[in-house]
Amino acid sequence: MKPISDVVQTTPPSGIRKFFDIVSQMQDVISLGVGEPDFDTPWRISESCIFSLERGRTHYTSNFGTPELRKAISDYWQEREGLEYNWENQILITVGVSEAMDIAMRAILNPGDEIICPEPCYVSYKPCITFAGGVAVAIPSYMEDEFRVTPDLIRAAITKKTKAILISYPCNPTGATANREMLQEIVDIAKEHDLWIISDEIYDRMTYDGKHICIPTLTGAYDRTIFMNGFSKAYAMTGWRIGYACGSAEVIEAMMKIHQYTILCAPIMGQVAAVEAMKNGYADSEAMIEEYGRRRRVIVKGLNHAGLKCVMPGGAFYAFPSVKDTGLTCDEFSERLLYEEKVAVVPGNAFGECGEGHIRCSYATSIEKIEIAMERIARFISKLKV
Amino acid sequence: MDKQQILKILERDARTSPKQIAVMLGEEEENVAAAIAQMEKNGVIRHYKTIIDWEKAGKEQVFVFIDVRVSPSRGVGFDDVAERIYRYPEVHSVYLVSGDYDLRVVIEGKNMKDVAFFVAEKLSTLEGVLSTKSSFLLKKYKSDGDMFVDVAAEERLAITP
Repeated sequence: MKPISDVVQTTPPSGIRKFFDIVSQMQDVISLGVGEPDFDTPWRISESCIFSLERGRTHYTSNFGTPELRKAISDYWQEREGLEYNWENQILITVGVSEAMDIAMRAILNPGDEIICPEPCYVSYKPCITFAGGVAVAIPSYMEDEFRVTPDLIRAAITKKTKAILISYPCNPTGATANREMLQEIVDIAKEHDLWIISDEIYDRMTYDGKHICIPTLTGAYDRTIFMNGFSKAYAMTGWRIGYACGSAEVIEAMMKIHQYTILCAPIMGQVAAVEAMKNGYADSEAMIEEYGRRRRVIVKGLNHAGLKCVMPGGAFYAFPSVKDTGLTCDEFSERLLYEEKVAVVPGNAFGECGEGHIRCSYATSIEKIEIAMERIARFISKLKV
Repeated sequence: MDKQQILKILERDARTSPKQIAVMLGEEEENVAAAIAQMEKNGVIRHYKTIIDWEKAGKEQVFVFIDVRVSPSRGVGFDDVAERIYRYPEVHSVYLVSGDYDLRVVIEGKNMKDVAFFVAEKLSTLEGVLSTKSSFLLKKYKSDGDMFVDVAAEERLAITP
């Protein structure tokens, strides 16, 4: 048989995969490695889907998604941020933000085009860019800057081939949030060089200190931004796989073309449930977000107490402490912690080279479990010192 | 300090210490302890109790929900009739409600005979009580926000991006 494609062969498997295989064979592990809410989907949302299934709503929808859901999303952003997205041609419902990211790349990239991608970042950004024939240009960010990317580094990375800047705040894995000045500067750079901005704001509601800055609301950003969001995090709906992209009619039409030929439409069951989330799910999601806010303080205090330097993350549900003082690499730390104390975390280098020396600890798990995990980490570190 | 936040945490787990609450809310421990003490004093926090699944603990008990129609008269209002009822220790709860009946009473007893006796002898014969309608509890699914059925084990994958 002739070989698998070069691009796929040379793309490394996700660094998360290895740990998953180890953890699944162990007992009594407390996992801080989970990138999804521990809450079940609020019942009103699940129940609305059951009701619609009983009525036989099991067919294809429009390629763009159901009008009902697109209208609900349009109204939501109009009310929340004053953003005007025409539901008929500026909103595309996708299979999670993951699909939106994939087709956005394919819609805008020609072979060899570059996308500037601040790291540490979500594991699938770079592969998405590569699979679409593009080149990911990684820009590091560090704990000293609270994991906010420096606009000057972006400016320095721009070449003639640069097509877009990819931004995602609040950030998975660091929990970093951005401030208005910094984001406006990035938008200004994009404007100056006529670049697209791809903004994944899936964790927007999980902003604990101050207000989330929504990129398309910034001066000069609306026309050039492909704005992505979804239901997985705020409404605990990961398995439903419903996300969406908003942007100019031109780019949404281009993305729709790929979506039409590859996916056809996002599953109708998830779309029905998402409408209920938009219309009546706000209070349920607020209660979950409040709980994340409390856990965030517990985990940061616990990590600092154990001797790991950790900045207070402003958003998402991850803490990203440094393990450099232990003298171990993040891989060694994570592996030994798992075998010796049965706590699973994700090594920071899974999210980019500059994530080396850090671990991602998700606090999408109960406070009781977080407290036990912190005791175990503290014990692990004290043993290292002996 | 947001006292409602403290109450929400205690409502879910009354054993959460002021120290733990202080961490969760980013406050000082002594301020949290003082706020709790004040709320205990002024009756916002009435008391702390434990949610027990008595059935699992092997205790025989029956509950009956009784809707009571009351005829208030001059000088003897709903409150007075309700008080005559809620002073009995076997009365678990009493509510004044809208609709066809006026009071909803929940009685706890050792067995059906026990409860039937109370309704026939004590409740129905009270002055002002016109009629009652009793419904025995057969199975408790959820009470005061707590599920009394075993929930399925977590299905999340242990590590996800």
